[in-house]
Amino acid sequence: MTQRQQVLVLYLATSALDTAVVGWATYDGTGQSFHMAGDADIPPYRTGLDALLDGWRLIQASPLISHIPGNEFRTDYLKYEFWFEKIVDQLDEA
Amino acid sequence: MKLNSKQMAQFAAEGYLRFDAAVPEALNQKFLAEIGAPAHEDPSGVDHPMAHYAKVMTSSAIPVVSPGTKLSEAYPTESALSDLMQLPIVSGAIESLVGSAPIFDHHFLHITFPPEFYEGKQQKAQHYHQDSTIDPRQAFDVQLMYFPHNVTEDMGGTRFLPGSHHRIVSEAAIGRYQNIVGQQRMTCPAGTLLFLHMGIWHGGGLNLSERMRYMFKIRLNPGERQARLWDTSDLGNEHYQQRPIFWTGGQQGDEIHQILMKPAPWFEADTGRLEMINRVKFWRYLLGDPSFDADYWLSRLEIEYI
Repeated sequence: MTQRQQVLVLYLATSALDTAVVGWATYDGTGQSFHMAGDADIPPYRTGLDALLDGWRLIQASPLISHIPGNEFRTDYLKYEFWFEKIVDQLDEA
Repeated sequence: MKLNSKQMAQFAAEGYLRFDAAVPEALNQKFLAEIGAPAHEDPSGVDHPMAHYAKVMTSSAIPVVSPGTKLSEAYPTESALSDLMQLPIVSGAIESLVGSAPIFDHHFLHITFPPEFYEGKQQKAQHYHQDSTIDPRQAFDVQLMYFPHNVTEDMGGTRFLPGSHHRIVSEAAIGRYQNIVGQQRMTCPAGTLLFLHMGIWHGGGLNLSERMRYMFKIRLNPGERQARLWDTSDLGNEHYQQRPIFWTGGQQGDEIHQILMKPAPWFEADTGRLEMINRVKFWRYLLGDPSFDADYWLSRLEIEYI
């Protein structure tokens, strides 16, 4: 029996984990599923908290960064990024 | 046929304009014939993607054009692409967005092939990206996407994110975002046109159909300052007045303000407000009027006593 990592990245509406998912990505280290850009329109969870309730472990969250003077109004990357994982057992191939 | 103010406001807010079946079918067929596309996009006579690309690039009627060329000199008279550029809906939109003397940047014929060409290989859709590179200009380029045949859902039409064009990012750095609420995928009838602000996040889809998919894209730079290039005759006096905010008495106010202030479903709570500021700044640029505001976003910040 070996273990593999499944990764879920959620982008939320604020820094609070219980706010709405606005973007997401999924990577499956078991190879059992394959996800790609544009493969779904409905978020896998309504909020980040819902992912916790389904067994995902939070491993990283975006820090809150001070705004650089003169650059306060610039928008760029999605701001509230949360990384989750699940470690799952995978049967060894015979 | 220039754009009207509602259309320009939608472009300012969402970064795209879509015109379904705007190109006559006869011109679609002329274009498909000129590029050597198989009848009904049937791939049975196509041997290999790279060979097909090479054949189309060397033998089709799409000319090799250097960047910086005047658009008016890019395409031979009576070619399908020349005809396309002269359609009133196309020439009017181009003039409204980048002026009467736009500059050719580049063009490309995007071809996506059915799964039978990739047996045994895992295929995936193109990641989200912003074209070119980091581009913080106020001036903007437009990209015209032309879909010369029907695009069904399984053909993997271009995916894009309305409202993303004001975000200053670095090309493929956004590739980790697989899906974003509010994204759109092009499924459309033949002859559909999509005008995109250069900053729109987008990517090509995976063609899971049994037909070839063709999409022609051209990028144009402005040939002049982009101020009031569209038909502004529909802008009334109320457009320059602030509409009430929060306690509105149920009034919606000027329709252009409503379009400019409609948030995208993926906006974060706080940066969504910054996007409103981005839009007001962009609309000021388009109007050539540094005093314009909507919902008081910039006026409040500009009250300062030193």
